[in-house]
Amino acid sequence: MSRKLLDLWVGFFVALGVAALLFLALRVGSFSTSGFGQTYQLTARFDNIGGLKVRGPVKSAGVVVGRVSDIRFDSETYEALVTLTIDGRYSFPKDTFASILTAGLLGEQYIGLDAGGDERRLKNGDSFAKTQSAVVLEKLISQFMFNKASEGQDAK
Amino acid sequence: MVGKGFAALLDLLRGGGHRVNDALQTLGFAARFLVMLLVYSGQSFRRFNLTIREIYFSGFQSLLIILVSGLFIGMVLGLQGYETLQRYGSSEALGVLVALSLTRELGPVVAALLFASRAGSSITAEIGLMKATEQLTAMDMMAVNPIARVVGPRFWGGVISMPLLAALFSAVGVFGGYLIGVVLIGVDEGAFWSQMQGSVDFRHDIWSGIVKSFVFGVAVSLISVFEGYDAVPTAEGVSASIKRTVVYSALTILALDFVLTSFLFRGV
Repeated sequence: MSRKLLDLWVGFFVALGVAALLFLALRVGSFSTSGFGQTYQLTARFDNIGGLKVRGPVKSAGVVVGRVSDIRFDSETYEALVTLTIDGRYSFPKDTFASILTAGLLGEQYIGLDAGGDERRLKNGDSFAKTQSAVVLEKLISQFMFNKASEGQDAK
Repeated sequence: MVGKGFAALLDLLRGGGHRVNDALQTLGFAARFLVMLLVYSGQSFRRFNLTIREIYFSGFQSLLIILVSGLFIGMVLGLQGYETLQRYGSSEALGVLVALSLTRELGPVVAALLFASRAGSSITAEIGLMKATEQLTAMDMMAVNPIARVVGPRFWGGVISMPLLAALFSAVGVFGGYLIGVVLIGVDEGAFWSQMQGSVDFRHDIWSGIVKSFVFGVAVSLISVFEGYDAVPTAEGVSASIKRTVVYSALTILALDFVLTSFLFRGV
């Protein structure tokens, strides 16, 4: 087989392999920050983040508007400091309410944003004034049981 | 009577010791062979068209078996995955299941197993026959280093081809899963792709798969060229070498896969 033809086929093979890698990288997988063009960062403080993970979705009205880019523990206030990367196309009022919700009964946890009515908008680096922590199942159950127990005592 | 039993025991011990000795000697030669191979690689790379020729033979010519197997494995994953996921009402996660199992495990491992039996065995046969017909000795006589001229290009051709083949295998497999899941069964297309993209991370999943396939490529290529070079120069010896290439490659791939998985995916 002539060398030119050989080079052609090997070039074809390598190009095909690289195309497969690109397909895997862009279509099958995603880079950690991909998906959005321009973004801006917001921070939120939570008493308890439950099972929230970095790269978890941030949703508003059910639409994914950003991702959790960083989760840290603030050792001064003993709160979780969560950094959100929000798609630059969307902006939210200053008094937007951030809460940690669960998708379905056993699904992953995400941050839900409920827009307020303020005229001013959240800018890069701002933080949410009002947040709601994740619901911890054990606490919920114990609360329920204490309530039941105290109800029982009242009846006596 | 006692003397006879003692002699038999001694024979048994001698046989066992002989085997261990042989195995260790082969292992030592393999290590020395790898060092020689790496030392002479510079000479092999100076004539890179030889390596390109080997990429053609071991990489390009394996395309058919890799692509067809990948497609079918992806399709089987699609069918089986759907059956299981549908019971829990989460058939949209089919894309995640197909993509993760292919990029993390099946792509590198099955592609390497196919590569070992398709390309590795033919490399061993080629080098073993060259040795049996004294072509390697003839090269040495003409001051051509057979390791640089024959072994090096075949080794590097395999090492270069393997990650590309594994990536192709995974990509075609995902496409096969898409064909079955979305086109045939009717899983929602948007959920299929978006859940896949949401759960498959380039660094953790795809890159680890590429690292795996690279390591497998080095292992399979080394075993293939070594078994060929070490073959007993008879028809029987060459056939035994080919058998050993396939068996050792498969065992090495699976054992390495376990080790690499515990390294790469710990705590992910």
